[in-house]
Amino acid sequence: MMKISPIKVAVGEAVGIVAAQSIGEPGTQMTMRTFHYAGVAEQVPTGLPRLIELVDVRKEPKKPLMDIYLKGAAKDDEKKAQAIAADIESITLGRLGEVVEDFTQKKIVIELDPDEMSHLRVEMDEVRKKVKASLGTDVETDGNTLRVKPKVNSLRMLRRLTNRAKSLPIRGVERIRRCVVLKGKDGFFIRTAGSNISGIMKAEGVDSTRVYTNDIKEVEKMLGIEAARNALVHELKQVLDTQGLNVDIRHIMLLADAMTMNGQIKSIGRHGLSGQKAGVLARAAFEETVKHLVNAAIQAEEDRLIGVTENIIVGQTVPLGTGLVKLKMKI
Amino acid sequence: MAKKNKKRRLPKLPADRKIQVLLNGRLVGTVDNAEEFVNKLRADRRAGLLPVGLNFFHNRRAKDVLINCDSGRARRPYVIVEGGKSKLTPALIDQLKNGQMSWGKLVSIGVIEYMDAEEEEASLIALKEDDLTPQHTHLEIDPVTIFGVTVSVLPYPEYNSSPRITMACAMAKQSLGTYTTNFNMRNDSRAHVMFYPQQPLMQTRPYKVLKFAEHAAGQNFVVAITSMMGYNASDALVMSRSAVDRGLGRSIFYKTHETEERRYPGGQRDKFEIPAVTTQGYREEKAYRHLGEDGIAFPEAQVGPKDVLVGKTSPPRFLEEISVFGMVEEKKRENSLSVKGGEEGTVDSVLVTDSLAGHRMVKARIRSIKVPEAGDKFASRHGQKGVIGLLLSQEDMPFTKDGISPDLIINPHAIPSRMTAGHLLEMLGGKAACHTGEFGDTSAFLGDTEDTFRSQMKNLGFDEYGEETLYDGFTGQAIKAKIYIGCIYYQKLHHLVSNKMHVRSRGPVQLLTHQPTEGRAREGGLRFGEMERDCLIGYGASMLIRERLLEESDRTFELVCQKCGSIGVRDHIKNADYCPLCETSQLYQAEMSYAFKLLLDEIKALGIFPRLILKDRA
Repeated sequence: MMKISPIKVAVGEAVGIVAAQSIGEPGTQMTMRTFHYAGVAEQVPTGLPRLIELVDVRKEPKKPLMDIYLKGAAKDDEKKAQAIAADIESITLGRLGEVVEDFTQKKIVIELDPDEMSHLRVEMDEVRKKVKASLGTDVETDGNTLRVKPKVNSLRMLRRLTNRAKSLPIRGVERIRRCVVLKGKDGFFIRTAGSNISGIMKAEGVDSTRVYTNDIKEVEKMLGIEAARNALVHELKQVLDTQGLNVDIRHIMLLADAMTMNGQIKSIGRHGLSGQKAGVLARAAFEETVKHLVNAAIQAEEDRLIGVTENIIVGQTVPLGTGLVKLKMKI
Repeated sequence: MAKKNKKRRLPKLPADRKIQVLLNGRLVGTVDNAEEFVNKLRADRRAGLLPVGLNFFHNRRAKDVLINCDSGRARRPYVIVEGGKSKLTPALIDQLKNGQMSWGKLVSIGVIEYMDAEEEEASLIALKEDDLTPQHTHLEIDPVTIFGVTVSVLPYPEYNSSPRITMACAMAKQSLGTYTTNFNMRNDSRAHVMFYPQQPLMQTRPYKVLKFAEHAAGQNFVVAITSMMGYNASDALVMSRSAVDRGLGRSIFYKTHETEERRYPGGQRDKFEIPAVTTQGYREEKAYRHLGEDGIAFPEAQVGPKDVLVGKTSPPRFLEEISVFGMVEEKKRENSLSVKGGEEGTVDSVLVTDSLAGHRMVKARIRSIKVPEAGDKFASRHGQKGVIGLLLSQEDMPFTKDGISPDLIINPHAIPSRMTAGHLLEMLGGKAACHTGEFGDTSAFLGDTEDTFRSQMKNLGFDEYGEETLYDGFTGQAIKAKIYIGCIYYQKLHHLVSNKMHVRSRGPVQLLTHQPTEGRAREGGLRFGEMERDCLIGYGASMLIRERLLEESDRTFELVCQKCGSIGVRDHIKNADYCPLCETSQLYQAEMSYAFKLLLDEIKALGIFPRLILKDRA
């Protein structure tokens, strides 16, 4: 208690505005810097594009990514880690060879590349089984070539099926496109392109308590809103830190709290936080003025002039800071 | 990423694809040995067998030979080089000098040729003759030709950082000089003319070629680089008041005001005259004191803010109602041309003429002398700009043992981060030029070097680096550190405070919003914008926001009907308030911003009825 009281925020402090300014000010610098980093290839969006991605709460990040930590001996053994990585990495049919359609016979021809197969340690049988299960039972094998006769009528359907066949998962965790084994502070871990929490948690040799992903939406779905809030704070902090911007964590936490406060992730902006403000006038002042006014009229809405914006519009003192104190006694 | 690269890569051409010859982009044939082909064409052009307007380029990657002779290509001349030797020999230069040789002839005999961007692609061009190797195909006529007109007159561009050169170019265009020699006969809407322009002591060769010295735009200042009691911090300048009194940086500012006698439908027209006292909108009598009988001010009249230059009356905006006596009363509207607020000067010339529409028109030119004052902007030709922070009398300025006191003191912090070494070099060269009596050459890449100036300074008995011991003007004591002092060309830029400064405490408001007007010309306020508002919110200064946004802006008191919540009206005849909807009802006065009242009106226009529910303020 002794330590908390001096850092407590005063009543009526405009924490939201201060947080917005504290993130916005280095944000403008970031804008300038981003456009000057022309031509540098980025593996994962950082800086402003990533920040926008987080704040807008996109369904899936541009480059979803996971860090998978390992259980037991694999932590210190690169070979074992590699083996786990190979198991996790999703291998699609398209990666093993060429998938083309044979229009004359209405067949899908799969020409497997033996080099790639041995490299990825995939057996012919395995492939055939999977193909049989999902494309059709009528499978001819001819050396490294598989010919499938699916039950389709039109050529268009054949083409569609062929395209789907290319992404047919043969092995590994779905949506994990690529794995790299990296050395971290405590041993080896696997970094993946693509994110799939539930799949990875179930995978063999994985420390399921320490799985990391940069896909906030997925965290919300799999682990709940509290986890999503923490993930959001972590990601926002990460972005600002890599840019060398020092923003107090409490501003970021406030932002994350605001985005997650009613049990569901909300974006900042028209479709989220700003579009769901309490007052009609506040919403109308932001964007789509007429829409909000008309809807308010239809529902005979009443603006109690609770927020800051509303009071500024009508020309009253703002219920903040010095405007918060009132005389107790009526004169 | 790999995908993207694949897209960018040029399609691989089949190995047996013939080399195509394209004339102005159109395929005209193929060729087996492109190199030989292009060389032959080029030799023929140089020999005068082909027109000089042709350009050839063998694109090895695309397997094309491009021949272009169409219009719209940017081309520039180069000296042809063969075997590492320039074809422009000293003999030819001699012939040029005594007039036996001409440019056109040099082109036709294959000494100089014009290349376009594509042919340039396949050439190796040397900047200076000393750089030539056997691989070179061409030579620049002179290193300065790689620059445009504006850069070519800047001193020592190769010693400065490129952003500063860009800035120097931008500022050179804002400098005051003699923009035209017939400025006395012109009526430009605004014009500046410098009083004592000088040509720079340090000039480039293009400066001479352009005859810039005949309409120079600047003066040679004695400049010291040292801090000066903080009055030259952050790019401020300390200038010698005595030098200013002697005419340094002085300029004249002309501004032309014009008005015409317009004719209106219905036979009515404006009239130049001294408005009668009965005129609608008549100003105080004092405002018309400069006008002659014709309603036009006399030349050489000293006019101040809001004084009338041309008295003009216009017919009323709306037709007058017929008065009690059954006749249209002749009422006129005051519509005079006056000096804008905050400006003053002398009427320089008055011109009465006809406008394009055939109306009588008057152009009155006001002149005012602009003596440098705190806030005026000056710049050297190295992108080093500054604003006067202090005018200091010569007796208070530091001085050298020879009694030289600087005209200008700039701050040393202006130099390192901007890397304008050219500025320092020009100062040193200027100082040497002052004493030798010879102009220095500052042409790009071929100008006089530091060593030259250093030996000159040494021979003249100065410190070879240009540093001198200065004596404090206030105490007379020697300043411990040696201070760099030299002579450099400075330009006065047309951003003068007297044309910019502006204050408002009370003033006009806009008709629609009842908020203060915007802009200096309308005596407006400074906008207290959204971000400024956010700052006050962040600070929790509620009362201050209210003051800025309401009390000092568009506060109004409106009557609000208690029953229906709409805005009520005051009937001044019956001396009673009423609500136009409820007719009889209790009304209360509510304080609000006029903008909010407008918002309510606009919402009503949307077909929505906004109601105000009143409560006593706690």
